[in-house]
Formats: sequence, structure tokens, C-alpha cells
Amino acid sequence: MAQSVHVTAGNSRLVRTQLSRRSLVAIAAAAIAATVVLFVATPLQGLVGFVLIAAVLYILAQTVISNHVEGRRAAINRLVTTLVVACACAAVLPLVAVLGFTIVKGLAVLNLSFLTHTMRGVAEQDPYGGIYHAIIGTLEQVGLATLMAVPFGLLVAIYLVEYSAGRLGRVVSFFVDVMTGLPSIVAGLFIFALWILALGQSFSGFAGSLALAILMLPTVVRSAEEMLKIVPDSLREGGYALGIPKWITILRIVLPTALAGIVTGVMLAIARVTGETAPLLLTVFGNPALNFNPFSGAQASLPLFVFGEAGLPNETAINRAWAAALVLIMIVLVFNIIARVIARFAGVRS
Amino acid sequence: MAKNIQMKNVDIYYGKFHAVQDVNLSIPPRAVTAFIGPSGCGKSTVLRTMNRMHEVIPGARVEGRVELDGDDIYRPEVDPVEVRRAVGMVFQRPNPFPTMSIRDNVVAGLKLQGVRNKSQLEEVAERSLRAANLWNEVKDRLGRPGGSLSGGQQQRLCIARAIAVQPEVLLMDEPCSALDPISTLAIEELIGELKKHYTIVIVTHNMQQAARVSDQTGFFNLKAAGQPGRLIELDNTEKIFSNPTEKATEDYISGRFG
Repeated sequence: MAQSVHVTAGNSRLVRTQLSRRSLVAIAAAAIAATVVLFVATPLQGLVGFVLIAAVLYILAQTVISNHVEGRRAAINRLVTTLVVACACAAVLPLVAVLGFTIVKGLAVLNLSFLTHTMRGVAEQDPYGGIYHAIIGTLEQVGLATLMAVPFGLLVAIYLVEYSAGRLGRVVSFFVDVMTGLPSIVAGLFIFALWILALGQSFSGFAGSLALAILMLPTVVRSAEEMLKIVPDSLREGGYALGIPKWITILRIVLPTALAGIVTGVMLAIARVTGETAPLLLTVFGNPALNFNPFSGAQASLPLFVFGEAGLPNETAINRAWAAALVLIMIVLVFNIIARVIARFAGVRS
Repeated sequence: MAKNIQMKNVDIYYGKFHAVQDVNLSIPPRAVTAFIGPSGCGKSTVLRTMNRMHEVIPGARVEGRVELDGDDIYRPEVDPVEVRRAVGMVFQRPNPFPTMSIRDNVVAGLKLQGVRNKSQLEEVAERSLRAANLWNEVKDRLGRPGGSLSGGQQQRLCIARAIAVQPEVLLMDEPCSALDPISTLAIEELIGELKKHYTIVIVTHNMQQAARVSDQTGFFNLKAAGQPGRLIELDNTEKIFSNPTEKATEDYISGRFG
């Protein structure tokens, strides 16, 4: 079959026989047809299985035919190229699926009333109720955590890159690495033990933000450190050579140069902790009513709300969880957009 | 305003490595002194000790005296930031600050030292750009990023930036090595004008350039790889290029090695 459609080689040594696009389409069609036959003839069923089998058949057929027509090197090239593209698609698939599913499920429930009401006095089967209290809680907790972790993390990164030469730098760097792998429930337990049990404080949004700040810190330090490291030394020397003191050189020349990357790192840290549930369970506790004050009393948060509602054996509650998850995703998205705009206008000019 | 530089028994180290040995030299004000020599012989290192940029590299240290108008800049009570305000530097690769406009690049030194007066900054920006022969090319786009200029323009921007803080000495570390011949010519002409007001020390790999721009030339060499570099001789440029005292200098400038 392929012999009849491939382009025949001319006289030139530089020309090689190649499979045409049309023959590739034909191979794909044949693979799909074979799979259909397979599904009709055997008890096989299911969309995932169909796609997988068709893909494997296509890759096999393409490699065999290409090896026959185009030669070994071209066949290997086609095989690897196809595998790489397939893996890229497979990697995006879950992301798109999660997003799509959340949007479809969430939009069915999401409306203005849902965003502006709390769950105070709302039973799980009631069709009304909302997440206003949880949005406020999440914004306050993440905001406070960011206010604590970002300046602190930036200073640590500046110390590591610009000032440390000896043992202390290596020790700090080691512990930052260890903290990167810290399970989030441990951060929550730590604050629970220290802040609430040992120091006798109550559950509060602030206690939660302490736990979130612990989780943000290593991400902020690591990303800021990497960004500061790639600022060329020639810029630092340029500053020193003008008689600018070191700290001003760092603040006004090095940091702005690295700003876009640092903002991206901070956004990753924020995005990561905005969805954290475990560290909030023991510190924020959750609250069906609105509590504006993050420093006193239990508060709600979006991840806690999703966790709570999704666990209830009731359709309306589960739908509320989907809508809250959608809002959570949108909040992270808005953070990201804002950060990118800031980075574009403040960073390296081109 | 321009000052002289004296080096007395200067030895320079990077950690344990002895980079430059026993340099004694005198650099007159309002003249151009060029350093030539093969790669790795320590000419840039000597240059960087003149404004204490050398010690930015961890483990680097200097022994001996480096005097600016008789004032030892390596005394413990001396602030390196003050030394660098008096002794400016232009680097091998143009390094405009990427976050700043052309105007802000020129006045970066003043601005980041705390000068706020807008009209003064404007005036310094224009004067420095004129002095660097760049004003006519950039006057209509002072708000554009410094990185938008060509390599030669960027290097003149860096020279404008260096002279905007009104140093007494200007050090230039191979300022033309990354530039094309036309930009090089522009910078050489600029050096000729700047020497009316500044003490200039220039490191160059290009012997013709040393012959064209400098009043006196120092030749650096090292005996073998791993050995410290030394100043072989320092004399009037004409004498170095026509009738040097040392055999090694003659071999180098006549292209027998290096």
C-alpha cells in the first residue's frame, strides 16, 4: 500500500524516499479501522482502551512501514517523534480534563448569590448558601502568609546569594532544601502544637497563615535565589564601580533585574498554598459563618470548604464543592495575571 | 581634579595563587597610560586594584601600597565605596543596567548615591552624554532602555555613566574588545578628549590601540603559566614601540610571541 503512494527517489543522492502525509493519514485510518474491528469482534470496550489500542497500532504500523520504505534511521526518527508528541499530549490531558470538569460542574451552581452568602444556618441539602465567608478567609490567610513569607524569604535569598560565603550559608541552604519536602500536614501540626497548645492561642486565620508561610518560605527562597544567581556579576561590578554601596546596588540594580523571575516564583508559592487543606484543618478549623477578623476565632477557607462539602453524602453539597473549587482556581488565575502584569512593567526593559 | 596613582611593591593574590608580583609604577594625571601583555599576565588584575574592585572576588587580597595623590587606598580605615567614587571604571563588555532607561543609566551613580534634584540630573545626563559623544545619537530617545542601543553605543553609554559621577581617574578594562572597528574609533577619539580632564588607565590586547591612544605604555609578562605576572617595563609609548629597554618587550611588540 505504502509503496504505491510514496514519493519515488530521483537521480540525486541527496533525495531520499519519504512517506507522504497522505500515506500517514492512511496508516492512521487503518489503525482506527483495525481497532473498530477488534472492538466489534471481541468483548473489548471503553473509550480509553480504544484510544490506547489505536495509538499503539498506529505507532507500530508507522514504524514498520517507515522502516521498509524510508530506512532504519527515518523509522527511528518517526517512532521517537511520535512518542514525544504523544507524551506531551498525555501530559496536558489530565490538566485540561480537571479544568474542564471543574468549569462544567462549577458553572452549574455558581451565581452571584453563591459568592455573596455564607453557610450560616444552611443545612447540607438546602439549595441556597454560599462561599463568601470562605473567600474572605482564604484571601486573608493567604495574604497574611504572603506578607510574612515573601519579605522573609527574599532576605534569606539575598543573604545566600550576595553575602554568605562560609558555613552558615551552606547550613541555611541545606535546611531550605529539607523544608521544601516538608509535608503540609506537618506544618499544620507544628503550628497547632506551638501556637495553639503551647502558647494557648485560639484557632484563627492567622494561625493558618503561619502554617502556610512555613510552606511558602522554601519555594520563595529557592526561586529568588536562582533568579538572583543568574543576574550577571558585571551588573554588580557596574554598580560598585560607580561608587554605589553594595546594599543599594542589590536593592536598585540586582533585585529589579531579577524581578520578573522572583514574582513568578512568589506566584508559584502563593498558588501552591492557596489550595492547601491539611495545614488549615488544625489551625483555622473552619467556620460556616463569616469571620472577618483573621486574628481571632475560627475562620473558613475555600479548600476547607471544598473538603467539607465534598465529603457530605448529598448532591447539593457536592455541587457547592465544585463551585468553590472553580472559584479557588479562578482566584489563583487572577493572582497569576496580576503578577505577570506587574513583572512586565517593572522588570527588565526591552 | 585629575589625580596621579603610585604603586609601591604591590603583590596581588587570589587566595593562595600569587597573581601579580612586585609592581612599582607611577601614573601621571591628564594622560593615558596603557597596559599591554599576553593573556593572564595580570594587567586587568593590576587595574582592578586601583579602585579596589579586585576585592569583590572572594579570597582576593593586595600587599604593598596603592596611592591616589599620595593617599594609600588600602589603609584599613579607607572606605572602598569612596575610592570607587574617585576612581571610575569601564568594563570589557558594555554592562548597561537592563531595568533602566538611557537617561537613568547615565545618572544611575548620582541617583543611587542619593541625588534627587531633577534638573541637576537632567543637566548631568546631557553633559555626560555629550562628553561621551553619544548625545546626538540618543537625545530623542532618552527614555528608551539602555539595552536597545548597539554594542558601541552601549559602551559609550557606560563611559557616560562613569564620568557622570565626576571621578578623578578613569580605568578602562579592554573597552573596545567587544566592539567593531568603527565603534572602536569612536571610543579612541573619546579617550583623546577625556584625557584633558581625567587620568586614564587602559588595558588593551590591541598594541596598535595602545600606540594610538596612550602617552605611556606598560608591558606585563609572566615567566610561565602558574607564575605570577610582572610589570616588565613602563615608559613613553614612543620609546616602548620603537626602542624598548627590555628584550621581552621588543619580542612581544614585534609579534615574536603572545
